[in-house]
Amino acid sequence: MIIKPEPTLKDLQFILEENRIKASDLLEMYRRMVLSRYFEEEIKRIYNQDKNPFNMAVGLIRGEMHLSIGQEAIAVGTLYNARDEDVVISTHRPHHHAIAKGVDLKKLAAEIFGKVTGLCRGKGGHMHLFDKTKNFACSGIVGASFPQAAGAAFAFKYLGKDNVAFAFAGEGASNHGTFFETLNLASSWELPLVIVIEDNKYADSTPKSLTMATTFHYQQGLANNVLSYLVDGMDVVDVYITAKKAVEKARRGFGPTLIEALTYRYVGHFEGDTEEYRSKEEVEFWYTVDPIRRHENRLLKLGYADEDKLNKIKEEAKKEVSEAIKFAIESPLPDPNEAFVGVFA
Amino acid sequence: MKIKGIAQAIANAIAQEMERNDRIVVLGEDVTYWGAVFGFTQGLFEKFGRRRVIDTPITEQTFMGISVGAAAVGLHPVVSLMFVDFLGAGFDQMFNHMAKNYYMSGGQFPMPVTVITAIGGGYGDSAQHSQVLYSLFAHLPGFKVVIPSTPYDAKGLTVKALRDPNPVVIFGHKLLTGLPFLPFEGTEEEIPDEPYEVEFGKAAIRREGSDITIIGVGLMVHRSLKAAEMLQKDGISAEVIDLRTLVPLDEDTIIKSAKKTGRVLIVDEDYMSYGMTGEITFRIQSKALKDLKVPIERLAVPDVPIPFSKPLEEAVIPSVNAIYEKAKKLV
Repeated sequence: MIIKPEPTLKDLQFILEENRIKASDLLEMYRRMVLSRYFEEEIKRIYNQDKNPFNMAVGLIRGEMHLSIGQEAIAVGTLYNARDEDVVISTHRPHHHAIAKGVDLKKLAAEIFGKVTGLCRGKGGHMHLFDKTKNFACSGIVGASFPQAAGAAFAFKYLGKDNVAFAFAGEGASNHGTFFETLNLASSWELPLVIVIEDNKYADSTPKSLTMATTFHYQQGLANNVLSYLVDGMDVVDVYITAKKAVEKARRGFGPTLIEALTYRYVGHFEGDTEEYRSKEEVEFWYTVDPIRRHENRLLKLGYADEDKLNKIKEEAKKEVSEAIKFAIESPLPDPNEAFVGVFA
Repeated sequence: MKIKGIAQAIANAIAQEMERNDRIVVLGEDVTYWGAVFGFTQGLFEKFGRRRVIDTPITEQTFMGISVGAAAVGLHPVVSLMFVDFLGAGFDQMFNHMAKNYYMSGGQFPMPVTVITAIGGGYGDSAQHSQVLYSLFAHLPGFKVVIPSTPYDAKGLTVKALRDPNPVVIFGHKLLTGLPFLPFEGTEEEIPDEPYEVEFGKAAIRREGSDITIIGVGLMVHRSLKAAEMLQKDGISAEVIDLRTLVPLDEDTIIKSAKKTGRVLIVDEDYMSYGMTGEITFRIQSKALKDLKVPIERLAVPDVPIPFSKPLEEAVIPSVNAIYEKAKKLV
């Protein structure tokens, strides 16, 4: 099983009704996915425009660039359940999570461009985005998100708050010791933690099947007494409903949940990746279940939106993205002296 | 109160700060029953219970990450890294996150984490349980590196660490802990009952002298003091400096003393190459070269793992006699 079959209109209506999902929720999820997609497409365009021949050190955006195009439904579906105070720890592929958490798009863009107006004053860059106001953080180190989110969950529990911490990671990261260590510890301590594994099939270039003894990560969760689900990561509704259960359970003090979401990244591991490890046919197949187009079709089928309405959402998202990019490009670079301050608080 | 060794002093400081600040929690392996094995958390469990003093699984990487995440939400974790030798298992969360998140986030996420770890050999625990390794932490920007040598300092520096918004690593030498199952080369002294701070970045002149400056931290301070007494009998007046913290480093006191005596011996229980002795040597020569009467000398572990057998171990860790001999040659 790769993706779940598309529900009939009647089933879909039933699912939405049963989970009290309103038209406005579905439209907002749509908007966030579209915003994330356009943002990254624009980042991709600008990142590559000055890099021919390919050279990571040059251009408006420097360094490595890991995009999440194709994986938007997981970030949006999960974090539609999050509050500002809930903590999200993301990975080296963090943009969709940041946008889904509501991180300011202008500051996000400016950070990616290394500008002083960025989230981290230009000290973090694309893989190290931090936003205290949204309790968002990430790490460029594979497997690092699990214990940190567990630590935030521990703090919430200690402080008597009903907040939740989310750890996002790829399927490659979940071969890391921190995954198993955190499952065991979060389960023992009943932490309000939601771990989301985005299984996009490849750890850099290495297929999951070559490096994992079991087929699914949820099996590893179950082995540690962590309630675990397998969801269709190309279906924002499936992700949302499952994450909602996980979040409500965590807020009530009933411990961690693992969600394994099957998905695909339409782009390479990093920009510049020649992608010879996967076939064109495989990539094309996954485009047939594009989470945004799929959601769009449902909105139309349900009568929650017509073409005009969807176009309007898209236009507004495009506008927001271009304003953010414009802000980033026009913002000043940091003063070089900035490099020497801020090691200690 | 009268305190023998640094372990009880550190535990006393943590207890008093925990009473003052309910955001402080203690985490790590065996922090309850065994008081983190070397006594740094002794008595805390009895006082504060399992809600605030928490045994973790043996998962250094994960409990270091737990402290990073908890600090981001506003707690001040005190983490026990049982032996510093185990840091390999947890180092990613320490040096890539704990030490960098404040800087990388442009000042948004301070990391008030205090890591307490045991260092040093001298009792036959061999290569994986006898290292010192503080230079690794001092090398990485973002950690404050604290090495107390007396009960007074141990308490004051720990209180300071628990009020610091940055990651501080406290290195407690096993032979200074004062625990019954280990040799003791430290001191027993009267220290204030109430909490007090000892500043970071202020070295202590443990003994004043005019002929040679001996610089060290932790156990090596005590051995240098004993060597200084022997030198005294030969008519050599040695000044002994206890750096107390490697980050921040009190350069002024070192330079001033080097200028005064013109002869410097640096003593270190960490490995020789690329370590603390090289760093201090450079700093002195860059600011006091003209005042030096002889080249700076150093004694450190000569780039071998700490061996097990007694004569072998004694051959590599600087002894009182070795310090004495080396210092004598300089004068």
